[in-house]
Amino acid sequence: MTASGVLILGANSDIARAVAHVYGAAGYPLMLAGRAPERFAPDMSDLHLRYGVPVTVHGFDVLETDSHAAFVANLPVLPDIVICAVGLLGIQAQAETDADHMSLVLRSNLEGPASALSQFAAAFEDRGSGVLVGISSVAGERGRASNYTYGAAKAGFTAFLSGLRNRLAGKGVHVVTVLPGYVATRMTEGMALPALLTAQPEDVARAIRLAVDTQRNIVHVRPIWAVIMGVIRLIPEPLFKRMKL
Amino acid sequence: MTQAELTGWGRFRPVATVLHTPRTAPEVATLLQSANPAIARGNGLAYGDSAVSSGYTISTRRMNRMLHFEPEHGLLEVECGVTLADIAAAMLPRGWFPPVLPGSGAVTVGGAIAADVHGKNHVHTGSFRGCVVWMDVMDKNGRVRRCSSTVQPDLFDHTLGGMGLTGVILAACLRLAPVETGWICQEQVTTSNFRHTVAELRAARAAPYAVAWLDGLTTGASFGRGVVMKGHHARYDDLPATLGSRTPRDAPSTRLRFDWPKWVLNTTSMRAFNALYFYRASKRTAPQLVDWRSFFFPLDAIDLWPRAYGSRGLLQFQCVLPHDTAEPGLEHILRATQEARCPPFLAVLKELGMQESAFSFPMPGLTLALDFPASPAALKVLDRLDAIVIENGGRVYLAKDARLKAGILRQSDPRADTFAAYRSEQGLDAHFQSAQSKRVQI
Repeated sequence: MTASGVLILGANSDIARAVAHVYGAAGYPLMLAGRAPERFAPDMSDLHLRYGVPVTVHGFDVLETDSHAAFVANLPVLPDIVICAVGLLGIQAQAETDADHMSLVLRSNLEGPASALSQFAAAFEDRGSGVLVGISSVAGERGRASNYTYGAAKAGFTAFLSGLRNRLAGKGVHVVTVLPGYVATRMTEGMALPALLTAQPEDVARAIRLAVDTQRNIVHVRPIWAVIMGVIRLIPEPLFKRMKL
Repeated sequence: MTQAELTGWGRFRPVATVLHTPRTAPEVATLLQSANPAIARGNGLAYGDSAVSSGYTISTRRMNRMLHFEPEHGLLEVECGVTLADIAAAMLPRGWFPPVLPGSGAVTVGGAIAADVHGKNHVHTGSFRGCVVWMDVMDKNGRVRRCSSTVQPDLFDHTLGGMGLTGVILAACLRLAPVETGWICQEQVTTSNFRHTVAELRAARAAPYAVAWLDGLTTGASFGRGVVMKGHHARYDDLPATLGSRTPRDAPSTRLRFDWPKWVLNTTSMRAFNALYFYRASKRTAPQLVDWRSFFFPLDAIDLWPRAYGSRGLLQFQCVLPHDTAEPGLEHILRATQEARCPPFLAVLKELGMQESAFSFPMPGLTLALDFPASPAALKVLDRLDAIVIENGGRVYLAKDARLKAGILRQSDPRADTFAAYRSEQGLDAHFQSAQSKRVQI
């Protein structure tokens, strides 16, 4: 139990909702941030009724990077933990020809989250405490034809989190990189995902809490994904480029 | 949208369906324009094919928010996918509790309304209907109608017990019951034979909650022996200081992660299990305090417990017989299963009281629920049990059913025809269908 709160960026996603429930159940005050925050009213009552914790909502647009400094400065309290659950899968085929769509995918998954987390990093560094959690993706481990725009953005985000962790080590601020693998969410609805490799949003949320509590740096929600991606990274490029993955 | 093979809780006969998991009411409305025929599904706790459609199945498990609580009168507004155990857990610290709880806490509010579930207190409180102040039902055009016993009472009547066939139940307001603690004072007696079990259960009527477990495997003099349990909510003053808290701490539940081999549960192993259960109950006759989850949802302690039955799945049969035929009729049913060498692995007996509504299961009498490992022999026995139910003027519970034939439903329950007529009159029959509604033709 703690008095300081958890801020969730992109609070409308299935993973974000699950994270809110895990931290709410543990007694943390919750701050839900996202576009059109009036949408969060039902979640706000739900979390408050279930767990009796204070819940506040905050308007936040990850793409409006100019506003991020003010967003952090104007928060009523600086949270202890910030969890960035923002993400956009996009449509790979569209990104190949439509520059706006490619830019949207890159900005939603890399530029926007990196900008927001930078602002929190500075504030946390000043305070000398805090945890930053970025939900990245195994898609960033190696670019594949089926989703390399998303993968490129996530690769960048993973590298960003790694650098941020490096910078903040020894300054009281911890950075967690989460690599969920397949998750049964709205983002993946309709895809035929193998059950053994697919986590539920609730699994991701529990893995995040555990990683924060135990100060882990990089977490796979399902350990099998560490093995799979380890193998995929080892495939020589001349062979890899001919594979359909 | 996902292609899926879904079953009910008994994991019997998968149905190929297109599964949607909407997050909001407008998403459901959009879905209903094209998803046709469709049926809503909560947590899939109906044992058979009530909540799966060969067309579209609309899962409500991501529409599970508690929306508003009015503490003065204990009125709670929830989305349909909220589970009853979650309501109990959230509201106990405020001194409120769901007045009607079925045998699993994972049942959603939508499911509880659709099956108009009953608990161990039906004689006193009636079915789930009694705690529904109003509910929102979405029709095929995406229009939401709020109904109650006084506003649009026809829709209210037919939706309670209507097995999701009157539209998608989106939200409801429930009237909770005030309680002092989440602990139940439980007393149990062991009984030596079927007649004794029935007599003890009827004698337990004065208790707020009463239920009997039966040993369906014993024959001869101890045929139908059992354990009759009764309980009431402990008052705060009843709690010993060592217990400390008004709200019990949640015990972690375990989960069966795979199907057990079929040979693990068989009549011999179940006979041993029942003997042990009976013996332990006989040593524990003094009143004891048990937490609400253990009392109301003993099976929830092991998530996905039907996997113990293996890949064959399990069939449940639940019927109610009116008081004047209940005792001989239910004895006949139990003996018929034994004569066919297909005895139930689990048997639960309860008393039911008065019931209003158009198509709900309960009637004054005794209800018996039996679990069987699925097999051709079990299916044959269940047909035989249907006939005994009809002879005795009873009816079967659709929430438990995976195999009832259309003609049999009509013979046992003339309300099936009026319910089907209401559906066609309202233009609901083409849009809202489950595998079960097609099978039993309602």
